[in-house]
Amino acid sequence: MSIGKPLPHDAAPLHVTGQARYVDDIPLPGNTLHLAFGLSTIAHGRITEMDLTAVRAAPGVVAVYAAEDFAEMPDCSPSAQDEPLLSTGTVFYHGMPLFLVAADSHVAARHAARLARVSYDPRPAILTVDDALAANSRFEDGPVIWAKGDAARAIDGSAHVIECRFEVGGQEHFYLEGQIAACLPLEGGDLLVHSSTQHPTEIQHKVAHALHLPMSAVRVEVRRMGGGFGGKESQGNALAIACAVVAARTGRPAKMRYDRDDDMMITGKRHDLRILYRAGFDDQGRVTGLEFTHLLRCGWAQDLSLPVADRAMLHTDNCYHLPDIRIESHRLRTHTQSATAFRGFGGPQGMVGIERVMDHIAHALGRDPVVVRKANFYRAGQASDASGGSISKAASLQTTPYHMLVEDFVGDQIVAALMASSYYASRRAEIAEWNRVSPILKRGIALTPVKFGISFTLTHLNQAGALVHVYQDGSIVLNHGGTEMGQGLFQKVAQVAAGVFGVDAGRVKITATDTAKVPNTSATAASSGSDLNGMAARAACETIRDRMAAFIAGKHQVDASAVRFEGGMVRVAGEAYDFARVAAWAYLARVSLSSTGFYATPKLQWDRKAGKGRPFLYFAYGAAVSEVVIDTLTGENRILRADLLHDTGASLNPALDIGQIEGAYVQGAGWLTTEELVWDAKGRLTTHAPSTYKIPACSDRPPVFNVALWGQPNREDTVGKSKAVGEPPFMLGISVLMALSDAVTACGPGYPALDAPATPERVLAAVERVRRDV
Amino acid sequence: MTEIAFLLNGTPVSLAGHSPTMTLLDWLRDTRGLTGTKEGCREGDCGACTVMVTDAQGSRALNACILFLPQLHGKAVRSIEGISGPKGEAHPVQQAMIDHHASQCGFCTPGFVVSMATAHLNGATDHDDQLAGNLCRCTGYAPIIRAALAAQSAPVPDWIKTDRDFLLAQIPSGGQAAGLRGGEPPQPGFRPETTQDLADWYLAHPDATLIAGATDVGLWVTKQMRDLSPVAFLSAIPEMQQIDDQGCTLRIGAGVTIAALRRALAPRFPSLGELLRRYASEQIRNAATIGGNIANGSPIGDGPPALIALGARLHLRRGDVLRDLPLEDFFLDYRKQDRQPGEFVEAVTIPAQAPHLRCYKLSKRFDQDISAVCGCFNVTLDGGTVTAARIAFGGMAGTPRRAARVEAALIGKPMTPDTAAAAAARMAEDFAPLSDMRASAGYRLKTAQNMLTRYAHDLNGTPVSVLEVRA
Repeated sequence: MSIGKPLPHDAAPLHVTGQARYVDDIPLPGNTLHLAFGLSTIAHGRITEMDLTAVRAAPGVVAVYAAEDFAEMPDCSPSAQDEPLLSTGTVFYHGMPLFLVAADSHVAARHAARLARVSYDPRPAILTVDDALAANSRFEDGPVIWAKGDAARAIDGSAHVIECRFEVGGQEHFYLEGQIAACLPLEGGDLLVHSSTQHPTEIQHKVAHALHLPMSAVRVEVRRMGGGFGGKESQGNALAIACAVVAARTGRPAKMRYDRDDDMMITGKRHDLRILYRAGFDDQGRVTGLEFTHLLRCGWAQDLSLPVADRAMLHTDNCYHLPDIRIESHRLRTHTQSATAFRGFGGPQGMVGIERVMDHIAHALGRDPVVVRKANFYRAGQASDASGGSISKAASLQTTPYHMLVEDFVGDQIVAALMASSYYASRRAEIAEWNRVSPILKRGIALTPVKFGISFTLTHLNQAGALVHVYQDGSIVLNHGGTEMGQGLFQKVAQVAAGVFGVDAGRVKITATDTAKVPNTSATAASSGSDLNGMAARAACETIRDRMAAFIAGKHQVDASAVRFEGGMVRVAGEAYDFARVAAWAYLARVSLSSTGFYATPKLQWDRKAGKGRPFLYFAYGAAVSEVVIDTLTGENRILRADLLHDTGASLNPALDIGQIEGAYVQGAGWLTTEELVWDAKGRLTTHAPSTYKIPACSDRPPVFNVALWGQPNREDTVGKSKAVGEPPFMLGISVLMALSDAVTACGPGYPALDAPATPERVLAAVERVRRDV
Repeated sequence: MTEIAFLLNGTPVSLAGHSPTMTLLDWLRDTRGLTGTKEGCREGDCGACTVMVTDAQGSRALNACILFLPQLHGKAVRSIEGISGPKGEAHPVQQAMIDHHASQCGFCTPGFVVSMATAHLNGATDHDDQLAGNLCRCTGYAPIIRAALAAQSAPVPDWIKTDRDFLLAQIPSGGQAAGLRGGEPPQPGFRPETTQDLADWYLAHPDATLIAGATDVGLWVTKQMRDLSPVAFLSAIPEMQQIDDQGCTLRIGAGVTIAALRRALAPRFPSLGELLRRYASEQIRNAATIGGNIANGSPIGDGPPALIALGARLHLRRGDVLRDLPLEDFFLDYRKQDRQPGEFVEAVTIPAQAPHLRCYKLSKRFDQDISAVCGCFNVTLDGGTVTAARIAFGGMAGTPRRAARVEAALIGKPMTPDTAAAAAARMAEDFAPLSDMRASAGYRLKTAQNMLTRYAHDLNGTPVSVLEVRA
């Protein structure tokens, strides 16, 4: 079986030799036009005059387009038709595209785009949470409120109450390959689009819409992205549409690639938010009542903010049973980049809130935060048995704040195992002693768990298709709707396909995602890639395999169920034939060796308005212990050690899963430590390049970094009993913030109330705060 | 048209007619179709464009995105396409990267592989430092380091070793200076071989842009899209790349790279060595020069505060006129220096000893980050009492500057934490720092004060750096 093997990423030999081809590496005809946007330099206002004379006259410029060149401005939004390709008169954020330059080189286009003379009538810009609240500037009519029980009454009746405000910063995706698209005009007005996108169907749909073409006239191909992380779920639309518009108008191929600064100025990031919490708890630290308010800065357009904010609400419980809870979520409209999907899709923002509450409660009671966390865990679920899972104790199971039964809880077991393997208790004692004798440097340690819901909360997205061919020489081509952004999806699905046919994964040819092969796909997002596409591919492969089995069984006059596909051979009636021979025979016998496959996730039902139902098929679990050290004179800090234990079910490929977990942890730690987005008072993002925006570098990874898989099969019937892995381990990074909080508590009696990202400056402020005991 | 000649992946290349500020990255990708070298940031901060450059001094990793073609004259370049063997054999680091699952999206991978192959060739095993200039957003770096460790003992493949020998045989030596002295600047840029040639030419072309490592000037082209002509490239002037031990002082040529400076000074001044370890990244240190770091006058460069604390003197030259001054006096105001048209930085001299020199760099990220505050402290002690003090900061004013009132408050006192705390109170008289995206004014002032406390503890042997703590 190829499933479960730690095989390398299929493209690794191409990656390490520079042969892996990204959109910018595709050879294009010499007459290709290169595009660049001219950007606004104010956050909000009206354009009073835009003089593009110098732009048009610049060397290499072929065409310049602005609002007046469009009878109907193409829309780039994935949700609310509120994102014009170019400003039609109003500027909504600093960095908004105002006009489009087409030139004979990338540099010429960028150079020309700076030569416009634009006059504005500036208007007051709504930049902050407070600005937006004051102006009641928001998406939807008012806050979304979900409740279970009576939180206010429960809090009022509690032995202890804490109330606090917690600021959590956003995050730039910083995919190493910036946004890019290229479009080639085909005959009859059809278009071929190469896009670095997680959502080829959305690109196809938006390009078709912009040009009033049927979707069938637009083909989108994606071989790979140089990183996505959610940043290429919707943010590639503008480039693809721009290329398509120019290609359609000029008849020439068009390519658009954002320079890194433009990319960071134009595109959305993770939502930052303010979390307000009021928690009641007992002497053991058990939460008796909890009120959360989420104030998310969504930026100028709706984009995916509503489901992101929903998912933040859906993760306010994390691993904890909260019988009386009220969550109020404000989706605030601001004159900044439109915040968008980013690994975890709001989940991290919701989860970091409850982890902060646990940390705060533990401090208030003077207890080890792990003890408080464990006191609040959901009751353990039932391990699935051979018949598909026991429900005999269902009555004792608990429900989430959105009334979903938690059937598969293993957080307690994972935490127990991790505490042992990481020597949490003895290290905590040793650190306390070390801190006692260290005047300037202080260490801290924290354990945080993860429970992350798997499925798109927009239920209809939980579907996938695949297309598989077996050729007469026994080689296999695999295609599905998922996209490859580095996560190893293609390799995993190839292993699933190879497993069905009983051949080596190397026999399965992996091909680019292509809207002409598999239609109506969902974004490769929500960690769903292998769950959905693996199942669809399996279905397609099984159809072909069953036809081959029926054919060869018929020749041997045995039942098809007696045919085995294993070790590259087809075994039937005591004979063993090479898979390729059987394929050739089946071809000669006129057996179809091609099939589509389809999958729709079962069991889901979700009422978003009411906040009730089962939005997820299952949960993925994990836990992390992080140890840090801080400098109490400067706030400088670093991770010293991390121990991670994470649940990917029965892993489809443990090497790839561990890679996802390590990378997600470091990215999550970056979100909460060094990665700081700074806008100035006029709404201009001042951290728009790697010189000013600091993602973790090599030495920021934990020098001691122990990562293990939980390894128990998924109780739900997923592909190979595996679990999704893309997003859940991102939230293991929350342990770093909590470890920093722990280190700060060594400096004084107060609660650190450490905001994120915990830059040296914020850590130093927290050190000074606890010394003042406020 | 003058030629630029270099080896590309073992094959000689001669170029003419290119703009002197065309980058190697654009040329490789757009002209040569060698698309393995990636653009991630176009400012030398991500390393996706890393190439290996070899000359008589050795092989080093450089960022192709801010490397101009004329800088390559007479050298050998290996892009990712030249790291594998001639028959497609995998380099040990390539195989290790596959074996250790060290690529995910793969976009940063060619840059990592080139950095790793260069370190491997040089026998360098300080992998975190070697790779500080290569950003990866997928892996969390752990598998990349596992790969580097796995490959480090493998022999260097023959094809990687050949550049230096091949180079000397194939490449016409030197630049175009002979016969052009005092004449019109040729395209693609003037490449003097002596300080005299530079002095004469620059006097005649005072509006020219002098380019040494191009780690700052490169961004004027790639980000600001400025036309810099006429330009002169200084990397072919051996005498400006010398460090001379003159007994009580060291004379450091302006063209000495930060990498070379680190090698020379780290044994003598360990704390300065540590500062230089954290100065940008391997790729940048290999290109950037100390003269460039001084001449560009940035208030946040890490070189000047350390040199000022050491008591450096700056040596300037205009034509045949030489002068020197205390380095701190060179920095007049924000981005304004005491430099006349046609005058250039020739060298800097520093004392050979400074046992109490400590340099503290404070930034959001430890590696490859610009300092929010860089504080450098250098007291002279007589029986525990401060007899002289030189304290200089970057990031605290529009220029790198001394903390004169703080220094004065230390004189005659024992160098204790209490003294430090008392003297630190004068910091607000010396500096009124600004708030920006790196830090607030209040934080800058507070940490500048706290650095003095750190210094006192540091001199007492108390651990003061989080980088020295292990789990």
